[in-house]
Amino acid sequence: MAGASRPAETETAGSIRDDVRTGRRSAVEVCRHYLDRIADGDGRWNAFTAVFQDEALARAAEIDRRRDEWRDRPLLGVPVTIKDVICTRGQLTTAASRILTGFRPPYDATVAARLREAGAVLVGKTNCDEFAMGSSTEHSAYGPSRNPWDPARTPGGSSGGAAAAVAAGLTPVSIGSDTGGSIRQPAAFCGIVGLKPTYGRVSRYGLLAFASSLDQIGPLTRTVGDAALVLGVLAGHDPCDATSAEAPVTDYAAALHRDAAGLRVGVPAALLERTDAGIDAEVLNAYRKAMGVLQAAGAVLIDIELPHAEYAVPVYYLVAPAEASSNLARYDGVRYGSRAGATDGGAGDETSAISSMYDRTRDAGFGAEVKRRIMLGTYALSAGYYDAYYRRAQRVRGLIRRDYSRAFDRDAGPGVDVVAMPTTPAPAFRLGEHLQDPLAMYLGDVFTVSANLTGLPAISAPAGFTAGGLPVGLQLVGRAFDEATLLRLAHAYERTAATGRKAPGTRD
Amino acid sequence: MPDRLTRADVERIAALAHLDLTPDEIDLFTPQLADILEYAERLQAVDVSGADDVWHPGGSDCPRRPDSVRPSLDREDTLSNAPDGVAAAASEQGGFFRVPRVIG
Repeated sequence: MAGASRPAETETAGSIRDDVRTGRRSAVEVCRHYLDRIADGDGRWNAFTAVFQDEALARAAEIDRRRDEWRDRPLLGVPVTIKDVICTRGQLTTAASRILTGFRPPYDATVAARLREAGAVLVGKTNCDEFAMGSSTEHSAYGPSRNPWDPARTPGGSSGGAAAAVAAGLTPVSIGSDTGGSIRQPAAFCGIVGLKPTYGRVSRYGLLAFASSLDQIGPLTRTVGDAALVLGVLAGHDPCDATSAEAPVTDYAAALHRDAAGLRVGVPAALLERTDAGIDAEVLNAYRKAMGVLQAAGAVLIDIELPHAEYAVPVYYLVAPAEASSNLARYDGVRYGSRAGATDGGAGDETSAISSMYDRTRDAGFGAEVKRRIMLGTYALSAGYYDAYYRRAQRVRGLIRRDYSRAFDRDAGPGVDVVAMPTTPAPAFRLGEHLQDPLAMYLGDVFTVSANLTGLPAISAPAGFTAGGLPVGLQLVGRAFDEATLLRLAHAYERTAATGRKAPGTRD
Repeated sequence: MPDRLTRADVERIAALAHLDLTPDEIDLFTPQLADILEYAERLQAVDVSGADDVWHPGGSDCPRRPDSVRPSLDREDTLSNAPDGVAAAASEQGGFFRVPRVIG
């Protein structure tokens, strides 16, 4: 029977691919199994915004028919879900926003096309904070997703549905997007692996833009090996995204065969003490244990300074909203989505009919968090405030980048290969806990936003549990385009710590 | 340091951002946005002399490509997503987005 020997919560993409390739299971059998799990389980997690049942089964059947011809495809028959901010041709894509009600993109995002080409079966779209703005998936027009480890808590965000779906065994692989931690934080909260590649490593074509200098697409998986496998499919230059890099794609899976011996791991001890959010004692304890595991795996720990990293949150919450206010100007009720009626604009009304249509469409279509960020960004860019807010934030961003460059520099600095820190200052919070206080929610992003501001690659790997049974994440940040070293160290950690492949409800 | 954000500021920004906020939303957002901006004030204390502005993590290279004609999105596919799109097939002058009155 499908998956009888491996429960879906721990099955990997690599093992599914091997089964389909060798005929141990058919792609249709795998696809049915996961569609059944979604049908049975998603009422609890609310991880999906759309399920492509018929299309997925038809694609799986085609894979079975062409198995011999397609046998070398790296994700042959592997079910994959896509975050609702990424376009899938002809299939509902709403960014979890009322303003895109009913939108069916006329084209595939490059990552969706690459996944199809690699033999993956796209089974559905996952829930997220509206336009990826949030850290809890509570800002979704579809309602919040829930954390499989504790349904009263958030799975994190913005890729919360993606993380919940992987953790609950509804899919082996989810594709998310990460603008300030939106892949890594939910991966940490749900006890799975989440990788934000280097800015430019993966094409953003077809990603509904939030903050164009920060956004990056990446995988959420159960194992580091699967993250390497999927990154190999997603990565590469794309003529449709001018910011996608020409840098060659390395063999990420091969990097996993090397151990961690001699890798230099930077520990920003002072940053951990200074964070405004404060750091949970159990998270700090898990982090210290993880450093011990890395040492046991052969890595060398080196104390480093990142003197400006404590400013990453205020920098991020000026830069990202500024870019968002510009990117979201396109949602005006003309070309796609919903439209509200114009006021009449009779004689003497100084607002034109079209202008009132824009204003009413946007107020009705966007949720509170998106409006807050559009407002914040508009303010930071407005006349008289630009230098004090936006420009200054970009300059501090330059200082944060310099801090990291120095840490990685072998001549002028300590020359670490990777910087290690907790992914989040605390484990998953309760649904509703931060809804009335946006600033408190933002402070939780203190360890993730720097990787976006600098463009550096970063991965979150499971680092055990709190006494209450909530997962904790270990974050590793690497040199630009050196995902191979990140994956190598994360894999060595995963093997040595052996905390990764547990399922919700099965923890001892 | 700028003064704490007021209701009037929020109304002015909402107009710039094309958001027809309700009075309740203005009541909610004014203190929230003011708190966030006050938190961001700590950036004023950072010594940024000699710091580069970072606009883009990919560096300043702007790749160029030949300006050649290539296939683009299909017009009917594109119009099919519009709240008020008029397909070419629907009328002699079809193939456009219809919007409310622009002038006056």
